[in-house]
Amino acid sequence: MAKQVFKRPKSLKENVFHYCPGCGHSIIHRLVAEVIDELGIRERTVGVPPAGCAVLAYNYLDVDMGEAPHGRAVAVATGIKRARPDLVVFTYQGDGDIAAIGTAETVHAANRGERLTVIFVNNGVYGMTGGQMAPTTILGQTTTTTPGGRIALRDGYPLDLSQMLAVAAGSVYIERTSVTSPKNIMKTKKAIKKAFQVQMDDLGFALVEVLSPCPTNWKLSPVDACKWVDEEVVKSYPLKVIKDTTQSDG
Amino acid sequence: MKKGFIRINTELCKGCGLCIAACPKGSIKISHKLNVQGYHPAQYTEREKSKSRKCTGCALCAITCPDVAIEVFRG
Repeated sequence: MAKQVFKRPKSLKENVFHYCPGCGHSIIHRLVAEVIDELGIRERTVGVPPAGCAVLAYNYLDVDMGEAPHGRAVAVATGIKRARPDLVVFTYQGDGDIAAIGTAETVHAANRGERLTVIFVNNGVYGMTGGQMAPTTILGQTTTTTPGGRIALRDGYPLDLSQMLAVAAGSVYIERTSVTSPKNIMKTKKAIKKAFQVQMDDLGFALVEVLSPCPTNWKLSPVDACKWVDEEVVKSYPLKVIKDTTQSDG
Repeated sequence: MKKGFIRINTELCKGCGLCIAACPKGSIKISHKLNVQGYHPAQYTEREKSKSRKCTGCALCAITCPDVAIEVFRG
């Protein structure tokens, strides 16, 4: 008798994803749903989606969701968590949301040590609006607003938000992963699970930065986009545990 | 060697080809047919009950699939 070893997680609705073929968002949605299922926290989880491609995350994740203004997901999540500390609150944000317009909110939430789980999806462009340069765009990367590639003297340097947040005293667990291969996807799932666990153990701010391919705006095939992340993007954003003080805090 | 098989929901599939790159046995290809969304979906090239099938049910394709279109069975 054949046994089913992989199926759609219960916390993921049956809707067809609106994302482009090969988009990392849908993989990360599934990982979040799997983690929520495994921890058994579906009935007490509240998510806050961003403005950006993932704005319709509530169409896919079968948990309570509250939409936030652009970049303010962490601020809204702070309110939810402080009003109802028994809930598990996570935000799901893209790089144009968390690393551009929402930098101030995010830095202060991390510094206050809010008990939040942040999923930070970094694809280096503003995906939904047509692939303009984002703060996280790597040097030399071609976007619609940097047709010849990003040049440091003109466009500034890529912003490493995770490294910034690691300096904040209130952050407890920060890891950078990617979703370019089955191995990396499993690592990402483990990181997301730990980030949820940190919040449930009431330790502090946890963030998982996921390097995600955007084949449409990078003008690459999905397989080439994954390869490009593995070869080029990781040079600017190395995959590693950036901060983990869960043990020392007891 | 353990045997397995997969089922691909062609209406969810967008033909990105990530499962084809992930499959260690080369058991998946892109179909010539179109689905309702207008994509050429991925197609499992082996038969579920065939004795000579190479699929081991490792689930790497399903783990990589962005659209959760693949179900994996073992046994």
